[in-house]
Amino acid sequence: MLGSNTFRHGVHPPETKHLTEKLPVRRMPFPEEIVLPLRQHAGKPATLLVKVGDRVERGDKIAEADGFVSVPIHASAAGTVKDIRLCPHPDGSMAESVVIAVDRFSPQVPRPRIVPNWAGLGPKQVVEEVQKGGVVGLGGAAFPTHVKLLPPDDFPVHTLIINGAECEPYLTTDHRTMVEYPERVQFGIRIMMKALGVERAVIGIEKNKPDAIARLTETLPEDLDVSVLPLTVKYPQGAEKMLIKVVTGREVPSGKLPMHVGVVVQNVGSIACIGEIFETGYPLIERVVTVTGPGVRRPSNLLVPVGTRLRDVLEFCDGLTEDAVQIVFGGPMMGAAQPDLDTPLIKGTTGVVVLTNKEARSVERYPCIHCGRCLESCPVFLNPSLLGTLAETGRYEEMEASNLMDCMLCGCCSYVCPSHIPLSQMFALGKNMLRKRQAVA
Amino acid sequence: MTEWNVGRGLDAGTDIDSLTEIRLRIAASPHLRTAHSTPRIMWNVVGSLVPILAVAIYYFGPSALLVIAAATFGSVLTERLFGKKRSTADGSAVITGLLLGLILPPGFPLWMAFLGGMFGVGFGKLIFGGLGQNVFNPALLGRAFLQAAFPLAITTWPVQPDSWWSLRGDNFALPLMSPSAPDVVTGATPLGLMKFEGLSTSTLDLMIGSTGGSIGETAGLLILVCGGYLALRKYLDWRIPLSIFLTVFVFSGGLWLLGPDRFPNPVFMLFSGGLMLGAMYMATDMVTSPVTAAGSWVFGIGVGLLVVLIRVWGGLPEGVMYAILFMNALVPFINRATQPRVFGQTRRKPKGAEA
Ligand code: SF4
Ligand code: SF4
Repeated sequence: MLGSNTFRHGVHPPETKHLTEKLPVRRMPFPEEIVLPLRQHAGKPATLLVKVGDRVERGDKIAEADGFVSVPIHASAAGTVKDIRLCPHPDGSMAESVVIAVDRFSPQVPRPRIVPNWAGLGPKQVVEEVQKGGVVGLGGAAFPTHVKLLPPDDFPVHTLIINGAECEPYLTTDHRTMVEYPERVQFGIRIMMKALGVERAVIGIEKNKPDAIARLTETLPEDLDVSVLPLTVKYPQGAEKMLIKVVTGREVPSGKLPMHVGVVVQNVGSIACIGEIFETGYPLIERVVTVTGPGVRRPSNLLVPVGTRLRDVLEFCDGLTEDAVQIVFGGPMMGAAQPDLDTPLIKGTTGVVVLTNKEARSVERYPCIHCGRCLESCPVFLNPSLLGTLAETGRYEEMEASNLMDCMLCGCCSYVCPSHIPLSQMFALGKNMLRKRQAVA
Repeated sequence: MTEWNVGRGLDAGTDIDSLTEIRLRIAASPHLRTAHSTPRIMWNVVGSLVPILAVAIYYFGPSALLVIAAATFGSVLTERLFGKKRSTADGSAVITGLLLGLILPPGFPLWMAFLGGMFGVGFGKLIFGGLGQNVFNPALLGRAFLQAAFPLAITTWPVQPDSWWSLRGDNFALPLMSPSAPDVVTGATPLGLMKFEGLSTSTLDLMIGSTGGSIGETAGLLILVCGGYLALRKYLDWRIPLSIFLTVFVFSGGLWLLGPDRFPNPVFMLFSGGLMLGAMYMATDMVTSPVTAAGSWVFGIGVGLLVVLIRVWGGLPEGVMYAILFMNALVPFINRATQPRVFGQTRRKPKGAEA
């Protein structure tokens, strides 16, 4: 793209990262109760290993991976299994979860474990260790990380891209990870490169994080071809396809995966997590979460045990302001609004954003005036105006013919639409309907 | 792994009740939106028309004000009576009325202007289902209707009056009576002069607007500035006026080079008649112009070609109105033909779903 480090189209929502970008990550004290859903990743839910009354130590496996596209789940605090029941899940459903009553007198030190010696391991074994560690994409999609580490032989991978774009407004999770744990990120990259057998790795970071760019540039390994690529600040710069386009100049073919263009993309948080596994041997039991937004009294970057409930996190951040109206898990562009304060933060929860009436305006809807803004914002060049018209009348097959399946639900079109038509919401529904129909057929 | 954060101090003002009492709002993402809104766009367009209205009134006196007011009243009233609830607030009917007023002769009978406003909104927009649904620009449709219904009145141009205060024609003609004012002589517009008498008007006069013509068609430079403001604020698609201007300039410039004595010069073409207002404010009507970027170019080039064709070879002195209306009708086809290539697809998917 003419020497500019970005993709075409996209939008510029206010970044609003100043609330937390300079705040060091603090560890949050253990709550009284931890809720661990068995489904915290894309793929098959884990299968239960414990029963009510069992004593678990911090880091113990409480559920086993069910097949290859699945990961185990570990206790994020020592205590007793108090209940196994349906609990609210961040995706809006009720999900089977293990409730652990945290032992208040435990030192919360994980059992000592054997740290795998990465240098002596082959790719297969590295992948195994990553799966054992329960690592998923920490950027939000929560796809099991190890699956991406084993591309089929017919798709040779040549580049590893580390996604540190963090293009969602408000969030500073990846930002703080890069600033505070650059060595761990570099270590993770080293292991990933070895596992994948790639020669080249590129760390993509949006230019609004100069300190992260500096820290990672300082710590670049000398013996490997790893580079830092500063990216133009634009949403959704961190979408896999957009990032690949910037780094390699290639478009991932419609309906295909990054490996089809020889690329694997990993979120920087997942990379750090892999680094930690081979550093300490501890599985994924805690993660960095940005708790922010104008509706929260004390915005913070926290190291939160996986499974901590929203209520406890907010309480630790001094609660909400008077005018808080909406709580979002993830960024405000793609995250999901949460109705229930008892919902736990899970592995894929990148942030908690509390919005007030000012940002989460309830807006009046107008008819489409064909202004074309949605077309000019859509990063995959769809015609949301047309798709929206089709969606109104439930013409899903025609939507499919108009390339609905290429929509990544990034929300740019809804963001810009002056008539406030909930375009991406209608597209999510449309995609679901089509998937269901295909499943039936 | 060993430093523990001891947690918040006891004085931290957590109010757990405030957590449970609030009613959390659930909505689909994205949870942020631009500050833009459709009414805001519309009212900005209205705002940008204010200087043009002021200059029109300066040149044409109270007559201009009356005609514009009558047309606007007609369109807003229609929207109010037959439109959706509160749809007058979105400002689109006001735009229609103002624009219609600006493309009528200053001496136009008020009841006709009122009727034109009603027709434009009623048959140009509401009948299609209201804002966003119409195929043709309502203001132009209103004028096309008036031209068909009252061909004489709409081509009666005022001569320079004695004082600013005097009316430029029989504004107060009674409905269904033909306007007759013995002291009004039919003057001529620059395009009429050019076409029927072979006279041309000084380009400077055209640019600043001291010529005959419809109320708002004359001050070309001002329209350019006001429209330019809208384009900068992204309230109109700059591709459309630009492509119209370029096409008109190149096409008529080519003709002029072939025969400078037979064809008008290109600058005259750009600044005469309704071209400026039409290109900036009517061709760019979002509802009735293409949504794709490529489509906007096609649309603008089409309008430009038609304008020159009609002006030079057609039977009418002015062609902007018909050029835009004609291209309006083609917009659905243009949209379909100019769908951008989808990211990651090598060529456009055949649209096979029309089974
Ligand atoms: S949500 Fe879909 S249609 Fe809308 S901008 Fe994103 S990719 Fe395009
Ligand atoms: S942005 Fe909204 S109003 Fe504009 S064309 Fe797209 S859907 Fe229609």
